[in-house]
Amino acid sequence: MKAMRDVWGETLVALGDTNENLLVLDADLANSTKADKFAKAHPERFLQMGIAEQNFVGAAVGLATVGYIPWLSSFTVFFTHRALDPIRMLVAQTQANVKIGAAYAGVLTGLTGKTHQDVEDLAIMRAMPGMTVLAPVDRHECEAAMRWATEYQGPVYLRLARDVCPDVFDSNYAFVPGRTYTLKQGKDVLLVSTGPQSARCKEAAQLLDHQGISTGVLHVPSIKPLNGHELVEACEPFGLVVTVEEHNIHGGLGSLVTEILSEHAPRKVVRVGIEDRWGESAPNEFLLDLFQLSPARLSERVAKILRCTKS
Amino acid sequence: MSANKDYRELEALARRGRWLAISTVAKSGAGHVGGPFSAMDLLIALYFRVMKVDPQNPRWSERDRFILSKGHSSIGLYVVMALRGLFPIEELKTFDKGNSRLQGHPDVTKLPGLDASTGSLGQGLSVGLGMALGARMRGEKYHTFVMIGDGELQEGMIWEALDIAPRYKLGNLTAILDWNGLQQFGWILPIDEEHRGDRKDPWPGIDLKGIFERLGWQVLEINGHEFSQIIPALERVKALGDTDRPTMILAHTVKGKGVRYTEGKYEWHSKVATSEELRVIAEELGIEEVAA
Repeated sequence: MKAMRDVWGETLVALGDTNENLLVLDADLANSTKADKFAKAHPERFLQMGIAEQNFVGAAVGLATVGYIPWLSSFTVFFTHRALDPIRMLVAQTQANVKIGAAYAGVLTGLTGKTHQDVEDLAIMRAMPGMTVLAPVDRHECEAAMRWATEYQGPVYLRLARDVCPDVFDSNYAFVPGRTYTLKQGKDVLLVSTGPQSARCKEAAQLLDHQGISTGVLHVPSIKPLNGHELVEACEPFGLVVTVEEHNIHGGLGSLVTEILSEHAPRKVVRVGIEDRWGESAPNEFLLDLFQLSPARLSERVAKILRCTKS
Repeated sequence: MSANKDYRELEALARRGRWLAISTVAKSGAGHVGGPFSAMDLLIALYFRVMKVDPQNPRWSERDRFILSKGHSSIGLYVVMALRGLFPIEELKTFDKGNSRLQGHPDVTKLPGLDASTGSLGQGLSVGLGMALGARMRGEKYHTFVMIGDGELQEGMIWEALDIAPRYKLGNLTAILDWNGLQQFGWILPIDEEHRGDRKDPWPGIDLKGIFERLGWQVLEINGHEFSQIIPALERVKALGDTDRPTMILAHTVKGKGVRYTEGKYEWHSKVATSEELRVIAEELGIEEVAA
């Protein structure tokens, strides 16, 4: 099993092998994000831009004007918070062909705590006109999304996890923007999730099945664009939809699903995620339990939601 | 005014540019005057003497690049582009109106001939850095010019670019600081302090030349209203080509330059001239046409 950051680094190398326009710009974190693999394989197309994230976004826009495809590599927080205005004005407004590799998204950031735990990025990026926002679940989807994003003409924000993400798909997986994926069928409740949390939802659904609660799981890797018809179709058989995300419950996937369902298929939606609070530095297992995102805690939470809904 | 006959044509264009800028702002009912006026002579020099520009083909791949990082001075750039033939002068009257290619702040998606969207201060030099680096990597010969404001220089992002550009030895990148000594509101000017503006200089007594040089920039210092100083400096950086240092041109200018009403007065950062003021201004600029 490979950490997603290794998949990111290795896929950059592979894409760079066949596409000489592909550049990687680093903000002095390459040996954390694993973009250093690209630095080793293609040193002439690896640009060290220093600890200056606003500038490296602008520089990427300039490089894209002569046909380069710059992949920016840094931690998520330094994109969506530190460099937000350049991303908004220089990348999104101009539809620059710049790709954002947002590493260490969510709360599982390797014992770094609140500074590095970005639980607002989906809310921020999906509100930005013209921005494509993707959150892959595993190594297959990560690689496929990176291949798609490199070919696509326009800005892409790719939300990446740091650590090992259990396989959900296999090597035949083909990324289609906007699509949703049913990871597990169910009857009583549907969990809708994104990024690596979808895999934890699948495990939680199996635990719930054992308790006699038939639980479906829908994976939404494409936050924007999103095929609303597919989402509605998947949710329609369920009286209760629970959104689960490694993100603030405000503005992210839960909000997105609620917006679409309230307009097209109103039903009960409960949002599970970070409940508008700051994180802390702790091992992954501790944090997943703390935020009720681990399969065990999540299954307990969903069972409780279901009991409350029925009563 | 320059004594050199060679520059008379440019001086006349600059007067016409200032008139078009202030009269267009007056017609649209909003816009900036002080910054466009301080930058006007530099813009005229760039577009009429220094940069490779093809009015028939604004997106010509070999054109020199220009980014107006102080994007609120857009009207100054638009009038110079129009005078240069990049779009009809008539179109200036659409400035700031709906469906216009001439947005309050430059929009690269709307007007061919622009090289970047600007208006959020501090961002242009980074884009220019990327364009210059891209030219280097592609073997392209175009030169990239970025105009920044002295107020804008307070933005941290510019200092990121000032630090990084010399590391890539971008001799094909030139920043021009329109050091007009005023910003939108700024700080009160102490009564015992001599200054060309009526508020405090954004960089009072600070050795910007020394700072930029220590960061690795070649620094040229000029009077930004004297074509006899502007043209040789800009031609020199272009002739040097892709050497080992980016260039910073410290252009000492006067905000609102060219018209007594507006010179050195912070309130003209963005202000609309009355019809009476326009009549006086037209006379001063030697413009026969008077605002409708």
